[in-house]
This record gives sequence, structure tokens and C-alpha cells, in this order.
Amino acid sequence: MRAVSVEEAIARIPNGATVMVGGFMGVGTPERLLDELVRQRKSELSIISNDAAVPGKGVGKLFDASLVSTLTASHIGLNPNVQKQMMANKVAVNLVPQGTLVERIRAGGCGLGGVLTPTGIGTIVEEGKRKIEVDGKSFLLETALRSDFALIHAFLADYLGNLAYALTARNFNPVMAMAADTVIVTAENIVPVGVIAPDHVVTPAPLVDYLIANG
Amino acid sequence: MDAQSIIARRVARELRAGNLVNLGIGIPTLVANFVPSDLKVFFQSENGLIGTGPMPEQGMAHPHLTDAGGRPISALPGACVFDSAMSFGLIRGGHVDITVLGGLQVDAEGHLANWMIPGKMVPGMGGAMDLVTGAKRVIVAMQHAAKGKSKIVQKCALPLTSSRPVDLVVTDMAVIGFTAGRITLLETAPGVTVAEVMAVTEADLFIPANVPEMKI
Repeated sequence: MRAVSVEEAIARIPNGATVMVGGFMGVGTPERLLDELVRQRKSELSIISNDAAVPGKGVGKLFDASLVSTLTASHIGLNPNVQKQMMANKVAVNLVPQGTLVERIRAGGCGLGGVLTPTGIGTIVEEGKRKIEVDGKSFLLETALRSDFALIHAFLADYLGNLAYALTARNFNPVMAMAADTVIVTAENIVPVGVIAPDHVVTPAPLVDYLIANG
Repeated sequence: MDAQSIIARRVARELRAGNLVNLGIGIPTLVANFVPSDLKVFFQSENGLIGTGPMPEQGMAHPHLTDAGGRPISALPGACVFDSAMSFGLIRGGHVDITVLGGLQVDAEGHLANWMIPGKMVPGMGGAMDLVTGAKRVIVAMQHAAKGKSKIVQKCALPLTSSRPVDLVVTDMAVIGFTAGRITLLETAPGVTVAEVMAVTEADLFIPANVPEMKI
């Protein structure tokens, strides 16, 4: 893990990168990293996120600045900008059931090719996908998701990069921290090693590439 | 009593001590207001919490503690938190006893459509498909009709949420079940007649000899 400035971390992300962003309706989202993506005008991004948040918050900021070309998410209903950009064919939106989305990311981070899920069977979600029968039950083959970068927000990070989260701000963060080539983290608090007890570390330090240092 | 309170009160009567319950947004959220205080029920919020409590007092909201809509909530003593993989493992894995969801249409086979209106509204399915597929019991809480049009239809015209049929539908006019695979009128709302329910129900409802009034 290297401690870097927010400018330096975001400068590593090229235009057109695939980026996972932690958070759920903007809760547990690394807002400083998104603000810097907007400031550096990184464009044509492929974003993987649970939802599109709302304008002015979380990944919503990236849509306010028209920086996204593809969004993979489970819900966009509370961000009218995304709906508009989707209808105008400016953003391609892949809607994925939330449980399938998180399992595809988990598979990507765990070296699996995908997962078999009953969710989506008999709905339009099954279109174009392989159906596999196991013990007489039908499942959809949902393939793994990985990304170039994961932008993660933790409650505590220690000097090594061990992470712990707070309450409902955990959500997709620890799963995404497994599934990207480069993991960039902001934390509410940076603390000495040992403050997070071994039992309470959720994301182990070796997964973290960059921790944004206090300014 | 207003339509939403009738629905929420009636759904609340389905909850049993020890149940793990997931409430969707809209009318389902109101169900928590009508659970007797001595009934110990675990409420799950799909964004990663079991033990959701009411909105915190003014000035006590924590930015890292919200419901699935991003609104501030509190956590009850004994609450626990987990990531989204665990949250949907609980949901898909059959660990949730009851899920209560809103609906756009429910049909005679119990199929639910509740996540998009093609060409008009594409919010996304969020967690709904996993909930309907995986929960032990699925209850739909919705208005019986929208702008005079029945939401209880013979066959869903809107895209389905799951191929798994729901177990119970509670509306402002009736309780509908699927006894022996047949769409059946189980109860009518206070002051509502069977004929009035039939008049605003498109699906071919089976009417038992005795249809009691909802107790709410």
C-alpha cells in the first residue's frame, strides 16, 4: 500500500477505464475520489456501482458531468439525469438484479468464472444467458465482473491499509476491493496499526494499493 | 382510515415472533409502524443491516446509517451489519421469512410485475427479483386499482419480477391468496362488499362461500 494524494491517485485512471465504485445511494461512497474524477475530467468511464445515487451525490456527480459511457447497476430510479442520458443513448445502462450484481463481483474477486443463480429465471433478465440445470432446478449462468479500478470508502484504515467499515456504509465496498486490478481507498479515519483489532478487519491490507493521505 | 394504513395494518398481522422480515419502499415501509411493540421481529434493510429502528431524533442522524433509499434510520439493540453479498445471501438463500413488496400488477397465477413500465419508467429491479425468488413468503402490498384500472390482472402485461408466484396480496379493498393454485378472495376490507371487489378486479377471482372482513 502507498499513501498518496487524491490528485495523484486519480491521475492513474485513464479515460475509458472500468471503475467500480463502492456505496449504496451514495452512502459509503468515496466522494473525494469522485470529485477529483470530475475535476480531472476523466471521461468515457465504464462504471459498476449498485445504483446511480442522486444528482450531486455519489456516482451521481459523474453523470452530472457527463463522464460515463456505460453503467452496470441494479437501480437508477432516483437519478433522473441517468434516465435522460440513457433515453438519449448517451449512456448504456446494464441493469442487473442487486444480488446477482454483488455475486458477479464477488466471483470476479474470488477467481470464479461466474455464479449460478435462480434470480431472473422466467424474466427478461434471462435473455441471452445460459440456463444450467442442477439437481432438477434451473439456474442462470451469470459471469464474473472485474474492473481496472475500485474506489472504496472505509471508516477506519490503519497505516498498513487494513480496513473496517461503519454500519450500512459497508455494502459493496469489501466485495469490490477484491475485484479490481488497482484499489484506491479513502477513509474517515487513518489510525495506527493495531487500533483495528484483527477480528474487526474486514478488508485485509494486501488488497489495498493506494490510501488517500490526510491533506 | 386511508388506503395505505389499511394495507399496512393488515400486512402487519402476518408477522410472527422471530421472523426475519424485509420491507420494500413505499407502502411496505409503513408496515413497521403497526407491529405490536411486544412482538419481536427482525427487520432487514437490504443495504446491510438487521435490526433497523425508526428515524433518529433531530440532530442524531449518522451519515453511515441509512435505509435502502438513503434516508437516516437508527439501529435497535442487537442489530448487526454485513456487506451486500451477505445481505443477498440471506435474501436469495431462503433465510428471510417474509418480504413485503409494492406492485404494479399481480396476475391470476400469482406472478408479480413491479420493476418497469417499458418506454415509460425504467428504475431497475434493485433487490426485488432476488427477494421474490428467495424469500420464504412473498406478500404484495399495493392499491387494488390505479386510476380506476385493476392491478389484479388475468395475465401480467408488464415484465415479470420473478417466475416464482407470490403468496399473498393485500390491497385497500381485499386480501387475495392462491389457495391450491387458484386466485382466491380471502377477505374484504371494512365496508367493502364482494361485488365491489369483483367490479375492480380484472382477474377471474374465485369467491369462497364465506369471505370474512379484514381484521385491522
